[in-house]
Amino acid sequence: MKLIVNGSPLEVEAETLAGALAALDYGDAVVATAVNGAFVPAASRAARSLSEGDRIEIVAPRQGG
Amino acid sequence: MDFYGVALRSRLLLGTALYPSPAILADAVRAADCDIVTVSLRRESGRLREGQDFWGLIRDLGVRVLPNTAGCHSVKEAVTTAQMAREVFGTPWIKLEVIGDADTLQPDVFGLVEAAKILSAEGFEVFPYTTADLGVADRLLEAGCRVLMPWGAPIGTGLGLNDVYALRSLRARFPDVPLVVDAGIGKPSHAAAAMELGYDAVLLNTAVAKAGDPVAMAGAFARAIEAGRAGYLAGPIEPRDMAAPSTPVLGRASLA
Repeated sequence: MKLIVNGSPLEVEAETLAGALAALDYGDAVVATAVNGAFVPAASRAARSLSEGDRIEIVAPRQGG
Repeated sequence: MDFYGVALRSRLLLGTALYPSPAILADAVRAADCDIVTVSLRRESGRLREGQDFWGLIRDLGVRVLPNTAGCHSVKEAVTTAQMAREVFGTPWIKLEVIGDADTLQPDVFGLVEAAKILSAEGFEVFPYTTADLGVADRLLEAGCRVLMPWGAPIGTGLGLNDVYALRSLRARFPDVPLVVDAGIGKPSHAAAAMELGYDAVLLNTAVAKAGDPVAMAGAFARAIEAGRAGYLAGPIEPRDMAAPSTPVLGRASLA
């Protein structure tokens, strides 16, 4: 289905957020996730089903002031 | 000094952005001899995984991290970013930034108080990036904040302490609240001046990262902050307008 991943439209074969992360090669990367602007904890990713057009944000540690 | 019950040795909090290289960042953190560095969250690509190396570098330094909500202009963005940061960094600490003006990066103090209230209720330990306004400080403490971080000057300007009167008033009004000057510091003398006002710590990034020699500058700031603190504790004299001779007048030879 078509998802917006970190601002870019992508075709992803996945039913859940956990499935999308696996399909997008995140593997064991340390990331946090949000769907449509709401935080989804790591423990809830497998149960968080996705719909066409969902906006997914996947973030990781980065330099900051 | 302690923040939310965590005893800290160093009074310098250092940002991790804008360094010429990861190696220079690591050396600067060591030279600063600091206990806390600030970090952020940004979009990660599954293919590039840029954040993973950075996180490995920070973990190896053995310092505590204070994640920020930099770049958030709304309460919702800031709260969601804080929630994501707590999970990734494994800390309830959050440097809360709700930006109100794109040019000055001035805090939106109304949004800041609202976000601080929400996050405190969710168990976060909030370090609000705020102005030196006393009324706002009161509201932030009511919201649950136990540390306040007023700006010295706008982020990245290096202008130093723009409003010494306001900073001094804040210190006098809240003698028992840990106060950190956050942002606007340009030179070690600015940091020393903040410490001489009785501030508990200084948070800076650009002044070290963009210095000609960031590692040497990190060391310079560490020493300035120690000196400023020691000077504050030693009890500076009150300034006066008229000169007062330091050499005894009594016993002066009559040579006229």
